[in-house]
Amino acid sequence: MRVWGFHLAVVALLFGLQFVLPPYHFTNFARIMVLAVFAMGYNIAFGVTGLLSLGHALLLAAGMYGTGLAISVLGWAALPALLAGLAAGGVMALAAGVLALRTAGVAFMIVTLMFAQAGYLTILYFGPVTGGDEGLVLAQGARVIGGVDLAADTPRYLVALALFAFALLANLALVRSRLGRVMVAMRENEERSRMLGYNPFAVKLAALVISGLYAGAAGAAYAVLFGYVGASFAGIQYSILPLLWVLLGGAGVVLGPLVGVLVMFYLIDLASGYTTAHLLVVGLALLVLVLFAPKGILGSLRERAWPWLP
Amino acid sequence: MDFGPFLLLAVMEGLVAAAVLALTAVGLSLVFGVMRVVNVAHGEFFMLGAVSAWFVTHWLPGPPAFGFALALILSPLLVALVAAAADVLVLKRLNYQPQATIVATIGLLYILQQAALSLYGPEARPVAAPFTLAIQFPWFGYSGYKLAVVAAAAVILTGVWLVMTRSRVGLVMRATQIDRDTAQAFGINVDRVYAGVFAFGAALAAVAAVLIVPIRQAHYLMGGDPLLLSFIVVIIGGLGRLRGTVVAALLIGLSDGVVSMFFSPTLAKILATLLVALVLVFRPQGLFGQRAG
Amino acid sequence: MAAMSLLSARGLIRHFGGLRAVDGVDFDLAAGQIHALIGPNGAGKTTFVGLLSGRIPVQSGTIWFNGQDITRLPAHRRVALGLAYTFQITSIFAALSIYDNVALAVQRLHRRDLRAHSMAHLARVGLKGRADQVAGTLAYGHQRLLEIAMGLALEPRLLILDEPTQGLANAEIDGFKALVQGVVGQTTVLLIEHNMEVVMDLADRITVLDGGRVLAEGAPAEVRANRAVQAAYLGG
Repeated sequence: MRVWGFHLAVVALLFGLQFVLPPYHFTNFARIMVLAVFAMGYNIAFGVTGLLSLGHALLLAAGMYGTGLAISVLGWAALPALLAGLAAGGVMALAAGVLALRTAGVAFMIVTLMFAQAGYLTILYFGPVTGGDEGLVLAQGARVIGGVDLAADTPRYLVALALFAFALLANLALVRSRLGRVMVAMRENEERSRMLGYNPFAVKLAALVISGLYAGAAGAAYAVLFGYVGASFAGIQYSILPLLWVLLGGAGVVLGPLVGVLVMFYLIDLASGYTTAHLLVVGLALLVLVLFAPKGILGSLRERAWPWLP
Repeated sequence: MDFGPFLLLAVMEGLVAAAVLALTAVGLSLVFGVMRVVNVAHGEFFMLGAVSAWFVTHWLPGPPAFGFALALILSPLLVALVAAAADVLVLKRLNYQPQATIVATIGLLYILQQAALSLYGPEARPVAAPFTLAIQFPWFGYSGYKLAVVAAAAVILTGVWLVMTRSRVGLVMRATQIDRDTAQAFGINVDRVYAGVFAFGAALAAVAAVLIVPIRQAHYLMGGDPLLLSFIVVIIGGLGRLRGTVVAALLIGLSDGVVSMFFSPTLAKILATLLVALVLVFRPQGLFGQRAG
Repeated sequence: MAAMSLLSARGLIRHFGGLRAVDGVDFDLAAGQIHALIGPNGAGKTTFVGLLSGRIPVQSGTIWFNGQDITRLPAHRRVALGLAYTFQITSIFAALSIYDNVALAVQRLHRRDLRAHSMAHLARVGLKGRADQVAGTLAYGHQRLLEIAMGLALEPRLLILDEPTQGLANAEIDGFKALVQGVVGQTTVLLIEHNMEVVMDLADRITVLDGGRVLAEGAPAEVRANRAVQAAYLGG
């Protein structure tokens, strides 16, 4: 039970931060929380189930464009558009997963990479509708739920927090459930899992679809909360970043993604004060992690001091 | 221009693209074939080749042919050194474990890109071709240099093939590819072979870039397309198979050139990308490989 | 006779390139028995049970389990029907706790009382006190016991044990024998074994494989007396 208490405390802490954070960081944290939801989705696929996808940008973009196009082209209100984005993420994950899961290991990485690349190019190809590289700015009037303007700082922060809290607690419940245990088993020893009666394809597909729902939710929220939809979110960078965030924070640890996004965000922020070499920071971070700290921050902590951390 | 000559022009452009692509892809294929490593930074080795060629020709006074010839030797050498260092310092430490190596090569990609951005800058800069010779066809004039590129690529690829199949070095590489542990038991220094292969694969990409840089320009982001296309070629041709890679490069290069001339290049890329994914899903041995086991 | 067979195979064939691992095997297994499968190394025993469990696809022949044709059924579906297999080379979840290992098997059948059932199965093999220990840190003999516990926790109709006593000390082997004799009421056991003492003590029927074919089949005494079996395997 103290596990639930711990995670609720984290949520409470984030809630309390809104009263103390200066405006610059206030917006940052809203962004961090939304991206942390995306990263948690990736963690479910990669950290928990062992599926190293290099194409998760496809799922983020599905959510983002699902919502963005619903608003700008179909004229939907924010709430149904958000749901559309969520569904788009899940459906895209299902479609890609059914094909990609016929492969494994390196081939799986490449197939997911290719699917994401195709998605990115398709967004560019339909530029007139999607806004191509420049993207779409969503009308302020559309970013309203129940009369509350989501472009304003505080509502935006609270919506981001609500989404994050829900995603976090759902993630925790999943990891401690029977399905969660099976996902871990698939990662640890697929053949043994199969011989215990579990269908590897079905379990992995479930992991991907859940991951897609998370990514879709994050993309949808990003679109509505920050009012911008762009092809860059479908690019390879946003397939690499969740991998980096999860590795940094601790793969397979529920709070890992949040830590990863937070640390990376401020690492680059700090580095920007000294140099414009952002790519270098990302590249070095990846190398250092994979060579010396493959378990990441919370992963190492869990190993050494907090074995109860889920 | 009528359709016929237009098509011929498209085919010739496609050949040039295929030639460069074949060299790059063979480099990637060798690395995967022998080391089972998917090098996501391969495109950056290509880019480094082009950028270092610019530096060499920029600093060397004299006729462009001289600077270019020197670049053709120095750039691949430099890139090979960088690659060997990356292998020894990073990949070897990870024991070439698949997931870890991919993450490491991604890190390498970012570092190399940043290095180019910082040292070379964000602009695209041209490099002078070693010679300008216009070959006059009945319907259009064509750059003699481009034809020379195709010829050079063919010569180099033949050389690679000869080395792989006829020389002792090639034998050692193939032995290590087939069974690493047995090769080691036979006294082959597998670590050195791996470093050598990784360096050689990078050098091939660099050579391809030096050849193409007078036609295109050197830019710090130019590695992305060659990476994607090389992946496509290697997967369709069957990972680790030389002949399949060359044939696939011809196919992809020609069709990319032709399709891009008649349709949107973006659409061509979308189709190529999906084709790769579907080949991997439904026919993982590629179009030319044999199913294992 | 066929109606009483829990599992029967007809004309099973499985080649690997030029190697005829299983070369036309007919097999019947009656319910409620302990049936041993013996034979020299390379006789095809593990391949044969691989075909039965679904780990290896059949090239030719049919397999019937509990009146159902399972020849084309994937492995995980066969487990759901009640056919469990424990690995020749111990294959547990080394990074997970002992409890999690067993729970993965138990949770297929029991939603509630997961903890109670898992602990009970662990107690059966004497591992209850170590429930939170990481499975990979167990001694080899205990890992084997965990494997068996996982197999039993599936409450299968047929449990296939692939060389279960290999690497076990004598005391552990005695415990194993008692365990198997205890379950045979609910679970039929098919046992691949090289330890002839265990085979003779436990088995109700023995099938001898050699070169991918059935050399002999019958009650232990018959098989022991069989000349061909003696020549091929038992040694005079």
